[in-house]
Amino acid sequence: MKTLWQVGGVLALAACALPGADLVIQNAKILTVTKGRLEGSIRISNGKIAEVGEKLMIPGGATVVDAAGKYVIPGIIDCHSHIAADSINEGSVSVSSMVGIEDVLNPEDIDIYRALAGGVTTVNVLHGSANAIGGKCSVIKTRWGKDVKGLLFEGAKPGIKFALGENPKRRGSTPSFGATTLRYPATRMGVEDVIRQAFTDARRYQADWKAFEARTAKGETAIPPRRDLKLDPLVEILEDKRFIHAHCYRADEILMLLRLADEFGFKIRTLQHVLEGYKVANEIAKHGAGASTFSDWWSYKVEAFDAIPYNAALMHKRGVLVSLNSDSAELMRHLNLEAAKVMKYGGLTEEEALAMVTINPAKQLAIDSRVGSIEVGKDADLVIYDQHPLSNYSKVEKVFVDGVMYFSREEDEKARMKLELRKKALEEKQKKPAAAPGRRPA
Amino acid sequence: MWRTKVLAILLTAGALWAEVPKVLAVRGAKIYTGTGAVIERGNVVVRDGLVEAAGANAAIPPDAWIIEGVGLTVYPGFTNTMSTWGVPRSTSAQEPATPRGRGAAPAGPVARGPEDRPANTAWITGVELVQSGDASIAQARDAGFTSAVVFPTSGIFAGHGSWINLAGDKPGQMLVASPLGQSLSVRTSGFTSFPGSLMGAFAYIRQVYLDADHYQAAKELYAKSPRGMKRVEYDRALEGVLASSRVMLPAASRVELERMARFGAELKRNVVLYGGHDAARAIEAIKASGFSVLVSLQFPEKPKEANPDVRDSVRTLELREAAPAAAAALQKAGVKFAFYSGGIEKPSELRAALKKAIDAGLSREDAVRALTLSAAEIYGVADRVGSLEPGKIANLTVVDGDWFQERSKVKAVIVDGVKYEPAPVEAKKEEAAK
Repeated sequence: MKTLWQVGGVLALAACALPGADLVIQNAKILTVTKGRLEGSIRISNGKIAEVGEKLMIPGGATVVDAAGKYVIPGIIDCHSHIAADSINEGSVSVSSMVGIEDVLNPEDIDIYRALAGGVTTVNVLHGSANAIGGKCSVIKTRWGKDVKGLLFEGAKPGIKFALGENPKRRGSTPSFGATTLRYPATRMGVEDVIRQAFTDARRYQADWKAFEARTAKGETAIPPRRDLKLDPLVEILEDKRFIHAHCYRADEILMLLRLADEFGFKIRTLQHVLEGYKVANEIAKHGAGASTFSDWWSYKVEAFDAIPYNAALMHKRGVLVSLNSDSAELMRHLNLEAAKVMKYGGLTEEEALAMVTINPAKQLAIDSRVGSIEVGKDADLVIYDQHPLSNYSKVEKVFVDGVMYFSREEDEKARMKLELRKKALEEKQKKPAAAPGRRPA
Repeated sequence: MWRTKVLAILLTAGALWAEVPKVLAVRGAKIYTGTGAVIERGNVVVRDGLVEAAGANAAIPPDAWIIEGVGLTVYPGFTNTMSTWGVPRSTSAQEPATPRGRGAAPAGPVARGPEDRPANTAWITGVELVQSGDASIAQARDAGFTSAVVFPTSGIFAGHGSWINLAGDKPGQMLVASPLGQSLSVRTSGFTSFPGSLMGAFAYIRQVYLDADHYQAAKELYAKSPRGMKRVEYDRALEGVLASSRVMLPAASRVELERMARFGAELKRNVVLYGGHDAARAIEAIKASGFSVLVSLQFPEKPKEANPDVRDSVRTLELREAAPAAAAALQKAGVKFAFYSGGIEKPSELRAALKKAIDAGLSREDAVRALTLSAAEIYGVADRVGSLEPGKIANLTVVDGDWFQERSKVKAVIVDGVKYEPAPVEAKKEEAAK
C-alpha cells in the first residue's frame, strides 16, 4: 500500500530514527538570509533550529546529514498560490467573504509534494481574483502526508483576498444566461463602490452587535442580530484581526484601494502582482503595504502592459517590503530562480534576492518569528541544494519541515520504482471490468 | 406464446394479490434476529403486522398460517438506507454531483447569496414523492428488501428522508417515520449563481444552519412576548432544516470524509456521512467524529468506455481496491454503518455488491446487522423496526439458504405482516420483453 503520500510518511520516519533525537546538518554552506553566510552545521532539536555555527558538538544519538559542498537555505515561502484547494473562485457574487479555502483544502493534492520538491515549505493559499472581495485564505506548510489540520500553519493570522481591475469587473458574459445573470460591477469605479458598500454594511453590522451586547448587558431581552458569515470577516478587518491580500495591477487602482483603506481605517497587508507598483512605490511604502509581485511576467493582458522586470527592485529601493510569488503550481517549483532575476534586473544582492522568497514573504504574513531565515529558535524548515540556489543548475536534494525530512531526491527516485510496481499490480488485478450496473441516482 | 403470456399475467396478478392472513409463522428456519444471535432452528410468529415471537422454542399459535421453514433463513427485513425506490424516475432524474463539476444552468432565478436560498427544497420529504405503484417497489421486494429510506435528490438542501415499508396501497400506509434527516449535497450551479464553487456550498450550508438556529431562537422569544417585538419572517427553507436534527453529508474519498467529519462537527447536529468508500484511510477522523456512515454499494470501477491508453492514477486504483473493504474497516473500528444503493439501479444487483464487501472482510452477521438493525439505529427508528424483537413491525426477508450466495433465492418477504412472493422468473422475463 505504498502510495506517494505514504512514502512521505516513511521518509519522515527515516529522518528521525529516534523520537526526540536531534538532527545535525553538517559541512554545509549556510545562507541564513538574515545573519549572513557561513560554512558549518545546523543542529535541530524538537523541530526547531537549536544551534547554527562553524563547529558544533554532535550529541549522542543524533542523526547526521552530511551536506559537504552543498547549500542550505531557509524553506521558501510563496505568498500567492492556489495549490492544495478543491475550489478557488466563488465568482458568482462580487463579495464572497463568506467562503474560505480552509473548507476545501486538499492535503492529497500532488502539487503540495511538487512544491516541496522545489524547496517551498510555506504557502499562502489564496482565493482567486474573480471578485472585488474574494474569500478567506489559508497559510499552510507543505507537510505532505498530513491531514488538513497538519497542513495549516498554526497561529498564522487569517487573511482574505481582494481583487481590483479586469477580473472583478467581468460581468459574466455567457449570453445564453440572459441579462439577469450579469454581475455588478462592470467598471473599476464599480469595484471601488462594491468594496465601499461592503465596508459600510460591515460597520452597520458591527454597530448592531455592539448595540445588542449593550442591551443584554443591561439585562434587557433582545433578539441577537443574525450572524452574517459574509460580514464577519470584514468586521475582523476593521478590528485588525484579518489581513487583506489585494490582487491589483494598475497604479490608479492601487491608489484607489490605499485611499479607501485609509478612509475606513484599515490596512492593506499585501498588494499582490502589483505590476505598476514601481509607479506608486512611495505611496505603497507610506501606507505600509507589502508588495508580492512577479519577477518578469508581463503583457499577458492589457492591464499588465506597463509591467517591467525592475518592479521588485525599484519598490524595494523605495522601502516597500517586497516578495516574489508564483501564482502557479509550476512556477512555485523554482522560486529560487525567480529570486535570482532581481539581481539581473535591478542589481540587488544575493541576500536581498533570497529574502524575497523567504524572510520578506514571512514578514508579509506575520510569521517571521517562526520562519523565513536560519536563526536559532525558528522552525527547522530547511532546504538543501546541490549547488548555489540562485544558480540555474541547482537542484533541491532534501527538504525539512519542522525538522522532519519531507522530501529527499534520493528517496523519491527509489519510491518511484515501488510505486510503479504497485500500480502495475493493481492494474493487472482490476483488468477484467465487472458488468457495469445500470445507473440511477439514489 | 399467448398461453405463456396469460399465465404470466395470472402469476403477476397473484403476486399482487398478496395473501393476508392475520397470523403467520415460519417454522423450523434458521433465524437472524438482528440483535446479534443466530438461531440455527427456530420459529418466527407474526400477528397483526407485528412480531409476536422469534426463537428456538417460540410457540406457534393454532390459528397461524404456517410457512415450512426447513432449509430457509429468516432475516429482519433488509433496508436500503438512501434510496429513490418508489419515486417515479422522471421525478428523481438529476445531474450527478461531482465536487468540482459544473452542473446545468440554474433553473430558478439567479442567487446572489445564501439569503436567496438557492438549490433548496429543505421542506420536502421523501414520502411525498413516493407512488405506491412504482415498479421499483416490487423489484426491491423481489430482491429481499422490505424497507427503504427515500430521499428527494435535487439541489444542495434536497429535503428529508422518509422510512417507508415497501408495500401498501398508499404512501401514507407505507410510511414508518419521517422526516428523518436533511440530505445535503455540495454540487454547485456554475459561475453565474451562488454558490458557484465547492467552498461556496460549504459557506451556504453553514449560513443556513446558523440562520435556522437564529430563526428558532427568535421565534421562541417572540412567542413568549410578542408585544413590542418585530415578528419573525416565515422562511420555509429554515422550517425544513429545523424539521429534523439529522444531517446527511456526502463523503466518499479520504479527503471528503475528513473534511465532512470536521464540517459536520461544526453543525452541532446528528451527522450521518454517506458514500464512505475510502473509509479505511480516513478511519481515525470518522471514529473521532462519532458519526455513522452509509456505505454506497456502487463501488467505483473502471468505466467501460475508458480510454485504454490512459493509465489511472495509483490513487484511483487504490480507491477501487478499497471501496468494497470500507464496511469491514468501519466494523473493525466500531463505527456504526449501513448500506445504500448509491446509484445501482436494479435492486437485484445489490446482493452482488454486498457479496464483494463480505469477500473483502466483512462477516455475514455484521453485514446482516448493517442491513437491518444498524440501519434502524442510524435513523433512530430501532424502537419499531430493524430486528425480530416482539412488538416490532413484522418486516422479514425469507431466503432458501444464505442470501449472500448468488444461487440462493428469496422465497418471500413479509412487510407489515403481509407475505409477498417474488414474481416467477418467467413472468419477469415477459415483463422485460414487453
